[in-house]
Amino acid sequence: MIGFVLRRLLQSILVMLTVALIAFGLFRYVGDPINNLVGQDTSAVEREQLREKLGLDDPFLVQFARFVKNAAKGDFGISYRHRRPVAELIVERLPATLELSIVAALIALLVGVPMGVYTGLHREGFLSRSFMTLSLVGVSLPTFLIGILLILLFGVVLRWLPTFGRGEVVALGWWTTGLLTVSGLKALIMPAITLALFQMTLIMRLVRAEMLEVLRTDYIKFARARGLSNRAIHFGHALKNTLVPVITITGLQLGSIIAFAIITESVFQWPGMGLLFIQAINEVDIPVMAAYLVMIALFFVVINLAVDLLYYLVDPRLRVDRDRATGHG
Amino acid sequence: MTWQLGRLAAAAVLALGVSATASAQTFRYAFQGDAQSLDPHGLNETFTLGFLGNVYEGLAAYDADLNLIPALAESWEVLSPTKWRFKLRRGVKFHNGNPFTADDVIFSWKRTLTEGSDQKVRGGLISDITKIDDYTIEVETPSPTPTLVRELVWLYIMDEEWAVANGATEAESPKSAETSGKFASLNANGTGPFVIESREPDVKTVFKRAPSYWKEIRSNVQEVVFTPVSQDATRVAALISGELDLAYPIPVQDWDRLEAADGVSPLTGPEARTIFLGMDQARDELLYSDIKGKNPFKDVRVRRAFAHAIDLEAIRKKVMRGASTPTGLMVAPQVNGFNPELNTPYAYDPELAKKLLAEAGYPDGFEVTMDCPNNRYVNDERICQAVAAMLAKVGIEVDVLAQPKSKYFAKVLAQNDYDTSFYLLGWTPGSMDAHNVLQNLLSCRNKETRAGLFNLGGYCNPRVDELTAQIAAETDPDRRQALIDEAFAIHKEEVGHIPLHQQPLSWGVRDGVTVAQRADNVLDFRNVVLP
Repeated sequence: MIGFVLRRLLQSILVMLTVALIAFGLFRYVGDPINNLVGQDTSAVEREQLREKLGLDDPFLVQFARFVKNAAKGDFGISYRHRRPVAELIVERLPATLELSIVAALIALLVGVPMGVYTGLHREGFLSRSFMTLSLVGVSLPTFLIGILLILLFGVVLRWLPTFGRGEVVALGWWTTGLLTVSGLKALIMPAITLALFQMTLIMRLVRAEMLEVLRTDYIKFARARGLSNRAIHFGHALKNTLVPVITITGLQLGSIIAFAIITESVFQWPGMGLLFIQAINEVDIPVMAAYLVMIALFFVVINLAVDLLYYLVDPRLRVDRDRATGHG
Repeated sequence: MTWQLGRLAAAAVLALGVSATASAQTFRYAFQGDAQSLDPHGLNETFTLGFLGNVYEGLAAYDADLNLIPALAESWEVLSPTKWRFKLRRGVKFHNGNPFTADDVIFSWKRTLTEGSDQKVRGGLISDITKIDDYTIEVETPSPTPTLVRELVWLYIMDEEWAVANGATEAESPKSAETSGKFASLNANGTGPFVIESREPDVKTVFKRAPSYWKEIRSNVQEVVFTPVSQDATRVAALISGELDLAYPIPVQDWDRLEAADGVSPLTGPEARTIFLGMDQARDELLYSDIKGKNPFKDVRVRRAFAHAIDLEAIRKKVMRGASTPTGLMVAPQVNGFNPELNTPYAYDPELAKKLLAEAGYPDGFEVTMDCPNNRYVNDERICQAVAAMLAKVGIEVDVLAQPKSKYFAKVLAQNDYDTSFYLLGWTPGSMDAHNVLQNLLSCRNKETRAGLFNLGGYCNPRVDELTAQIAAETDPDRRQALIDEAFAIHKEEVGHIPLHQQPLSWGVRDGVTVAQRADNVLDFRNVVLP
């Protein structure tokens, strides 16, 4: 078990190095940061001096090695645009993104699972059919469009919710939260739903498919023959057995929720890491881009690891199999 | 008379007091990006300097119509072509309570020459400042500089004592981010009508009215909340939903929506930015063309053919929704040196264009690639596509390469050796004077003197250079105008560039809010009046 975790951690470092390498390979195609750092009247000589100072003249392998060396010491450099350490910027933006992502994931789970169970049990019902049709919209409409449509309806036409930003935030140490103020909660509703919609439909369809599968199996039939209540069968036996793939997908999707918050954040001007990254791309702020990509890779790696560990908890068979496979039988 | 004025002022103060208590008088606005830094010498960029102009001030300022007015200097006189005397305003205090004196001016000037400064161009116009007394200074320039005061509008004055106390005596920019402090990038202490109460870069900045200001201003605003909103659609929606009092820029295609919506209207006007086309006239062979061994743009007939093939009126109507001002000059009417007599654009005449191309030896036209930004100017990419379609009618096949500004500028500017054959660019002279345009865009490229740095096509005429040098030094306005006219006339005759139009400013404003839309796209809170 410990060996497994260690091995996964080593692999994750490799993954992050690869991500950083590819990222650095791509930065040369993003544009030239210098023009965003100086005004139009700045002379060519000064521009060259700045380029040299920032080390942009070096070949990309040298730049990459420098980045890795500093990153290993926890130093991600200084943002060209904000003139502040990147690590500081990311820590400042982290709470906004995490709050949004976690609330979105909760919405996706808490709405998606019951909807999946319901549509699995009542396949032909009117409500099930409407859920299925709606879920098609959720899967096929791009996040960007859903966000804009929500803004138009609830922000512009009905004027119930704010169209952008995070509302009032309260600082708890270094963490800032919008969950404790009315304006913060109101501001969270639309972005969270926008971000949750795709995952929600995915979870719903997954749970539905798994439920249908499980309900056909013999042990459900035996359970019915034993005269167990529907409730016990559906939730005690059937749902529990659908959860392994649901956990995998939800876990993996949490990574993509955080990563794809970029789009939702830029539509709602949500001051999280995704927005920071988008602005960094526009301004060719290489240190911020590099740190963000590596961090997202880290998130994925950690989440994958957590999902693997959760398997052990949920499914006793896996515990046995893995131990036997690695020779600890 | 005086008594009446006093009573009027008292009434106004009373009214202001009442309305201020009736509502908080908070002005909320959004722009597409944020100011890059609070350091007034860190970045020489219009939005950042305009934003900081509400907190910091220079010796002179622009009013709502871009007229030059005294600010921290009460008056100035020219002692000799290279020597100016400024009388500084008495009784002005910085926000921290320190009095404004000559020492602060000298300190701020020296600060613009420190390593991290992006205002060296302005600081470099001055060779020395002598303090006569606390409120009189004499400024010497290395050469005659008639535009000195206009340049000083953007050279903001910082409190020496405050800067010294906080270790901010050197300008802060990314160049020095690792070595020097960042205090002045995150804090501000000026003499302006507003102070910065709180700031989260890229999220929100809150300004509060300074308790006292040396001048009466129109504005009744007590608090300003600024939020950058990068998505056009979100910015427009936020304005219509009533969460903002003002938002800019508004996409030209959304004007109808704002007009149809309740409670908001578009506010448009000509910007002092001239959009133009340029052609590579320097290389012996174009980098991106099917003509090998020679450069067709070296032939004035080809350049003239291009000019006559482009229908500015069609671009105005179809691409710019009627909101651009077609132009024949490289400077806008707001710019000192503009002469309406020279502003007639080249006539649209595709037949003449074809004839000129045939005369030049290209009866079947040729191919050329056009570099174009797609997120820098109003509808920039669509202008390029329209130009390509018009040139196709006279046989020129234009391949439009439209890219985001970061990539576009990286390709076409000096640091990449002007890697372009045909391009679209826009320019607002920071000094609002024609000399800036002549120096940067029309002069022969010269690495040492920095002349022609943005002359991407390499247009070069020694006579224009000579005139530019004379214009820099000429202090008599009439003689100076004659020199400017001559330079622009030569440039026009030789089709050095093809001016297209002044692009529109496009703001959206909540009904009842009065603002002044300055042609340099600067929002001055001094002119904002809330209902």
